[in-house]
Amino acid sequence: MSLLKEFKVLAFLVVLVTGAVLVYAIGDFPDWGDPISPASEHVSSYYIENAIHDTAVPNIVTALLADYRGFDTMFETVVVFVAGIAVLFMLRRPKRESEVSMDVSGSPIVKTATRIMVPMMQLFALYIVAHGHHSPGGGFQGGVILGASLILMAIAFGLPSALKKISNKATVMLSALGVLIFSGIGILCMFLGGNFLDYSVLSAILPGTDRVMARSHAMLGVEIGVALTVMTAMFSIYADLASEGQLDQGL
Amino acid sequence: MIWQFDIIILTLVIVSALSALRIRDLLGSAIIFGVYSFLMCLLWAGMGAVDVAFTEATVGAGISTVLILATVLHTKRRTKD
Repeated sequence: MSLLKEFKVLAFLVVLVTGAVLVYAIGDFPDWGDPISPASEHVSSYYIENAIHDTAVPNIVTALLADYRGFDTMFETVVVFVAGIAVLFMLRRPKRESEVSMDVSGSPIVKTATRIMVPMMQLFALYIVAHGHHSPGGGFQGGVILGASLILMAIAFGLPSALKKISNKATVMLSALGVLIFSGIGILCMFLGGNFLDYSVLSAILPGTDRVMARSHAMLGVEIGVALTVMTAMFSIYADLASEGQLDQGL
Repeated sequence: MIWQFDIIILTLVIVSALSALRIRDLLGSAIIFGVYSFLMCLLWAGMGAVDVAFTEATVGAGISTVLILATVLHTKRRTKD
């Protein structure tokens, strides 16, 4: 016991010293928004000046994430997909045998509020996905809100009735479809003679677009893929966690 | 950023971080963790990083809290240390 206490004191000292070093290092940081800091000297000035001419997307953050660094974002989507699959593989078990499936839906107040809120949330999420390259937002945020609306339904009406709306099989399929949309757009660019995820060559098959607008439209496409994967992965993780992998009852 | 807001939010961030660690009730800890994420979201929004703030609000304060709650409800609410 005393040994444990000594270890705790020692660990606290180590944490304290490390924290002190970190606080000391803050002095060397550039100021907030410093235009001549190392981070804003090299490529970021190019993005700020040219993103709107290159891609016709006013939100530079989305232009960066979905276009200039699309490869990075594609594998972020794959990470979310793999996380959903991993939770499924770890927690999913065969059904309990003799237990009575409890109806654990919420009170009428919760149900009515959910009925009003879920369409609003989903509409707002679709706006965030579709408008992500003009205003803050994008596939990840919109997908999470879509997933949250499904989770809200599962909490209010019970997990089985939410799974009737979007079955477990459809969840996994849609999750994979999202990754497929993202990488499919990338591979389509290769077939049209460009690099992987080089959206500007898509103007050959998108009617009425030039090379700039093609990048804007392709960004919307990949954001939809991201949103599908994130939405279904979040709901799948919640369903497995809340029912211990049985999918028979919610919280 | 307005520095008065900065000071208030940063103080609340530290208070919520410490209390999320110290509190015995895991359910309360999860909720305070959501509060922590939301305060961080305010900080990001104050610095003009609206996309990051958005992600923090949805993922950090929203989904993470729900997933932690779903897990906590299958364990004992009280922690021993």
